[in-house]
Amino acid sequence: MIVASTLTTNLAILVLAGFIGFVVISRVPNTLHTPLMSGTNAIHGIVLLGGLLIVGLSGNGSFSKVILVIAIAFGTINIVGGFLVTDRMLEMFKSKPKPQEGRERSDPTEASEAALSGAESDGKPGAS
Amino acid sequence: MIHPVTATFLQDSSFLSVLYIIAFSLFIQGLRGLSGPTTAVRGNRIAAVGMAIAVIATLLQRGEGNWGLIALGIALGTAVGVPAARQVRMTAMPQMVALFNGVGGGAVFLISWTEFRLTRGYSHTPTYVAVFSLFAAIVGSVSFWGSNIAFGKLQEILPGRPVTLGPAQQVVNLVLLVLAIAAGVDIAAGDHSEAVFIGMLVCAALLGNAVVLPIGGADMPVVISMLNACTGLSAAATGVALNNTALIVAGMIVGASGSILTNLMAVAMNRSIPAIVAGGFGGGGAVEGASGAGEHAGAVRSTSAADAAIQLAYASRVVIVPGYGMAVAQAQHAVRELTKELEARGVEVSYAIHPVAGRMPGHMNVLLAEADVPYDQLKEMDDANPEFQRTDVSLVIGANDVTNPAAKNTPSSPIYGMPILEVADSRSVIVIKRSMNPGFAGIENELYYDPKTAMLFGDAKSAVSEITAELAHI
Repeated sequence: MIVASTLTTNLAILVLAGFIGFVVISRVPNTLHTPLMSGTNAIHGIVLLGGLLIVGLSGNGSFSKVILVIAIAFGTINIVGGFLVTDRMLEMFKSKPKPQEGRERSDPTEASEAALSGAESDGKPGAS
Repeated sequence: MIHPVTATFLQDSSFLSVLYIIAFSLFIQGLRGLSGPTTAVRGNRIAAVGMAIAVIATLLQRGEGNWGLIALGIALGTAVGVPAARQVRMTAMPQMVALFNGVGGGAVFLISWTEFRLTRGYSHTPTYVAVFSLFAAIVGSVSFWGSNIAFGKLQEILPGRPVTLGPAQQVVNLVLLVLAIAAGVDIAAGDHSEAVFIGMLVCAALLGNAVVLPIGGADMPVVISMLNACTGLSAAATGVALNNTALIVAGMIVGASGSILTNLMAVAMNRSIPAIVAGGFGGGGAVEGASGAGEHAGAVRSTSAADAAIQLAYASRVVIVPGYGMAVAQAQHAVRELTKELEARGVEVSYAIHPVAGRMPGHMNVLLAEADVPYDQLKEMDDANPEFQRTDVSLVIGANDVTNPAAKNTPSSPIYGMPILEVADSRSVIVIKRSMNPGFAGIENELYYDPKTAMLFGDAKSAVSEITAELAHI
């Protein structure tokens, strides 16, 4: 009985989360679909938690430990890389709230952010 | 040392559940921020904070033991992930996303595998736990291998064109799928053999390869979205197996996001998802393209950078249509320079972006944002199309299939019915293209034979820079 109720509770959460996902994601404009994808990509790196939970349990042989370290490393790459790369992309969108005149009016913080992201794209290897 | 009472409180399951609830609320709030470019950076950071909370909560919960392994795994992951994310070029973003998606899928199936080993083949475990864990293992493995193939194709390590076994392909895929599911059912029914589990992983791995290899480069936006959805769903399944709400919610949201994007991409290409997965699109199109080329041969008008510059300088309204060719040539900064030059002359310039331009959804927007193009100059297809009729010059830079009038006019064309940017409605068209080779879909483009179209052959970046240089002399 207890098992069944855990399952049904989890299934309820599963279904509700699916609906919330549909509603929230439907509002994201085409312009932001690449960052959306890399952002949600980072979020599914949450499987890292699974690795963290299992690695603590006793009874893991050395082969299991190797697999788990790889799994944790994969999850970490997914999370850290995903959020960083999304942040990099979104900074480029953020740095220009309005065309031309909007930039003159923007506050100092935004101006310095614009300069920062500008410097970043300058630092990138050009196409040659 | 932490005081025992504090330690007990920190490991109290209700407290941890509250932390998980905070974490997934932050994910949802963060994704809500992605509904507009101004709030998006904050949204992403909110989601990252949610992730940090979820990780810390889990570390608190697990108590003693094996900290070394955790530190090792996280250190390895950070050492690889951070430089990769910092150094990747915006043009290479589709590959990067495919790769990150792949490692996520890899983590999922490896976790299921250890879970199997730890519970000695799910003995003394409720059947549903085994079922969800096995589902996660299969889908995670498909996603891992599929994403790696997608990465290989986008990085051009593997050929972009479909690699297929021919008519046997669907049969092979089906057999692999059935074998993987059969192995899963066998284990769920009480077989504790690890060999069967490994066999299942191998079948799923082969399936991941077999599904993505036959898919051509043009269909990549759909494939990447689909694999993203797969990894999300497998993470949610892991969450059910491990009774972890944060995993369930986060996984499902990603699953929903990936499904929505997959569907949008498929609609934008007028293709059904099963047809894309079945593959073989490029082949049929290439045959028709060949016959089309014979028909039209010699009717193409080519132009020079100087003539193109004059045409643009005296236009009052110019629409730029970027495509993957612009990304390959890294021409986005050159395009921005050209736009500035034209705007200084009073020309009204905007960009028309097709939903599947590039190799992932929204790819062009990211590249143009990188080049400091204000995002309100970027018009989506539905807004851009009515405007072409009052456009003097459409400048097509490295886009092909998304401008092909055959999608509207030629019922026999493989892309017939696909929504396109109606570039042919504008008064004149300049197409910058390397050569007359058909695009990824392998279909001849009627637009190039239209009398009002002029072709400027060359690399997108140097062609655009030449036009900008010529403008200075006018």
